[in-house]
Parts: sequence; C-alpha cells; structure tokens
Amino acid sequence: MRIVRTEAITEAVARLCIEANLHLPPDVTRRVDAMRERETWGIARDALERIAENREISARTGLPMCQDTGMACVFIDIGRDAHIDGDIYAAVNRGVSRGYADGLLRKSIVSDPLRRVNSGDNTPAAVYLDFTDGDSVTVTVAPKGFGSENMSRVEMLKPADGEDGVLDFVTRTIELAGANPCPPIIVGVGIGGNFDKVALLAKRALLRSLDEPNRDTYYAELEARLLTRINALGIGPQGFGGYTTALGVSIEAAATHIAGLPCAVNICCHVSRHATAVI
Amino acid sequence: MSNYDITLPLTREVAAQLRAGDSVRLTGTLYSARDAAHKRLNELLDAGLPLPIPIENATIYYAGPTPAPEGYAVGAIGPTTSGRMDAYAPRLIALGLCGMIGKGERDALVVRAIRKHGAVYFGAIGGAGALLAEHVEDADIVAFPELGAEALRRLTVRDFPAVVVIDSTGMSLYESGRAEYLKSLK
Repeated sequence: MRIVRTEAITEAVARLCIEANLHLPPDVTRRVDAMRERETWGIARDALERIAENREISARTGLPMCQDTGMACVFIDIGRDAHIDGDIYAAVNRGVSRGYADGLLRKSIVSDPLRRVNSGDNTPAAVYLDFTDGDSVTVTVAPKGFGSENMSRVEMLKPADGEDGVLDFVTRTIELAGANPCPPIIVGVGIGGNFDKVALLAKRALLRSLDEPNRDTYYAELEARLLTRINALGIGPQGFGGYTTALGVSIEAAATHIAGLPCAVNICCHVSRHATAVI
Repeated sequence: MSNYDITLPLTREVAAQLRAGDSVRLTGTLYSARDAAHKRLNELLDAGLPLPIPIENATIYYAGPTPAPEGYAVGAIGPTTSGRMDAYAPRLIALGLCGMIGKGERDALVVRAIRKHGAVYFGAIGGAGALLAEHVEDADIVAFPELGAEALRRLTVRDFPAVVVIDSTGMSLYESGRAEYLKSLK
C-alpha cells in the first residue's frame, strides 16, 4: 500500500488546469493542420489558419487559447494499492481554485443553476473517480467549454433503431448544432449503458487520442463512417461552409438492457483540452 | 465577397453596404456583454432607467474575457454563443444597437429586427481567444463590475477580424456558405 498525499493531487490539478488551457494535445494540433491542408473552400481554410495562428499566439503570450476556460472535468484513476490520505474531492477543488487563480483563467461556474451566483474560483469541479491496477494515481484535467457542451444530446433509442438509428441521431445532432459549438469539432459518442452512463461514455470518448480508433474494429469502422457523414454536411469551420466540420469521432460502447439503445453525443470544440499526470 | 476596414461606431450606411460572407476589420469602440449583463440591461429598461452605454449605433461583442495579464488590456476574448442573447437583442436593436459580434445562429425575431433597423451580425472565430485579444488595445468596465467576467466592458479595438454572418437584408452566411460549398461539389 502506497500513501498518496492529497497535496500532491492538489498540486497536479492546479498545474494541469493551466497546462490544458495553454497547450493542445499533439494529436489535436496535428489533425487541425492535416485538415487545413485538405480543405479546399477558401473561407474555411482562412478560419483554420486563424485557429492555427491562435494556438501559436497562446503558446507565445501565455494567454489561454479560448476565453471559455471551462468547467474543470477531473478524471482520477486510483490504483488499487494506493491510499489517499484525505478528502479527494476537497483536494481537487483546492487545485482547481489555485490553478484558475494562478493561470489567470476565467471563473465560469455559478454555485446554483437557477440563482446563478459565480462561485468566484471555478469550483466545484466535475470529478470522476475510477479504479485501476497498481499503486499510482492518474489525474486528467479536461476543461470543458459550454458552447459545445450546450449542443450535446442524449436519446433513448429503441433496439430496432439499430446502427442506422445511431448514425442518424449523431449526424442530426451535429447538423442541429451548426455553428454554435465552434466547428471543427470532435464528436464523442456513447452507445449503450443506461441514461446516465451513456453520457459519461460520450465524455470519456473525447479523452481518447484522435490517432487511436476504437480497439473493436466494428466500432472503429462506425467511427470512420460517421466522420465521413458529418464532413459531408458542409457546415465547415465556424459554420461558414466547407469540408472540415469534424476533426474526429470517438465511440465508446457498453452493455445495455434488452429493451434499450441509449445514445449520447458529447461535442467538443476544436480547442479539445486535456492534460494528464501520474502521481 | 469583399473586405472592408470599418471604423466604429457603425453607421446605417456602412451596415447597408455589407453582405453575408464579407470580411471586415473593425477599429474603434465596442462593448462586451454576455448573458448576465444582458439580463441587467433588460431590467434597467423594464424599470425605465437609462442604459449605461450609448446604444445608438453601438456594437456589442458577446464575450467574457479571461483576466488580463500584466501588459494586456484583456485576457483571451473570443465570442460566446449569440443565441443565448436572442431574448434580449431585438429590444436593443430597436433602441439603436447597430452591430453584434458573436458566433452561431440567431432566431427569427433577431433576424427580423436586423432587417427592420438595418443592423448587422458579425461572426468572430470561436475559440481564437488569444488571437482576438491581440486586437484589443484598451478595456474598462462601464457597468456591473460585480459580474466579474460577465461585466459590461468598453473595448477599444484595432483591426479586429470578423465576418458578416447576417447582413441588413437578412441573408445568413450559415445558410448561403453551406449551400454554396455543397453546390461546388456537384
């Protein structure tokens, strides 16, 4: 049994909040650049060039890439042989508070959804705990902007809707979203589970590298087909028209009930931020 | 599609020239406000009180910046989704608001107000907050400081890049741009 101090988690979360808001994962930058090369529509190419330029300015100046520095989504995988010596939720929130203050990130959280008073330090975070092998603790911070979050949808499809029902629902969701989620987007799709689990599957799908298709070749092929369908919509970067509506599609699937086919689409903008540390 | 360098505040004559798809670079004064500030402006109007900004020919940028580091007027400042301000925009347009900058679709009532009053809706690149910050030379809070990032700010911008999304005739780039691109594939 290894003791992991809560201060180590706080420190990691604070650092990762800042890192994620200033530097995109390399798979995302590579994909934006590849799509920019492929894009033939003038106004679409201009928008993709601005997006690439923004990334460089952010790295040079230390300004966040996007002013919506997000709700802090913190995924923690705890090794079965690790013991955390205190309140993990409090440790995460202290880290978010510190990171958002030190990094001059925007405080975008209201403490109550209807009475809407800003909490002032971007807490509380959305914390997702899971268990894994070993004695280390893996922390991933994924700041999630709400321009794209607001366009996400869950549908309880019928088993008879099948594969086509899923393809139609996902494509229709992207069409309805139009320019709002700041395309080019990354599309996280959850299939199966139940009403709440399917949404988390979709969110977790957004953490997977764009260079890694689903390990199940059936779902890898569905990802490819969906990406083709979405990029045939013509919405384009920023909704101005063009090929590049989506940079990638990631599907996560899980067992479900004989009566159900839950499907969730969690949309992320091109500023697809996540950073990971192992303690 | 044309390129224009435009000095703010806008005039109805300048707005009338612009067509969906045109690129503009804006220089001058605009105001940043988003959800909470719009709600406050609406409450002031309901109470019969004056607005804290000169609304005639004004341009409002739907944005809430990150805190400004040393040497910057504002932090990252990209557009937020404009549709959330649709409930408030027609009233402001009727009072003289001439320009809006944001991202995403507007509803039918906003489009109707744009046409009726000769206003214009621009799109800025969503998610390009650091790039757009470089075009803001000065910023100060003119109302609702307690709203933090959502306070109403006066911004002085130079060559601020945007695209005409809905012009004063009601034409939308979101419809025409997509249709023209798809047509080009045939």
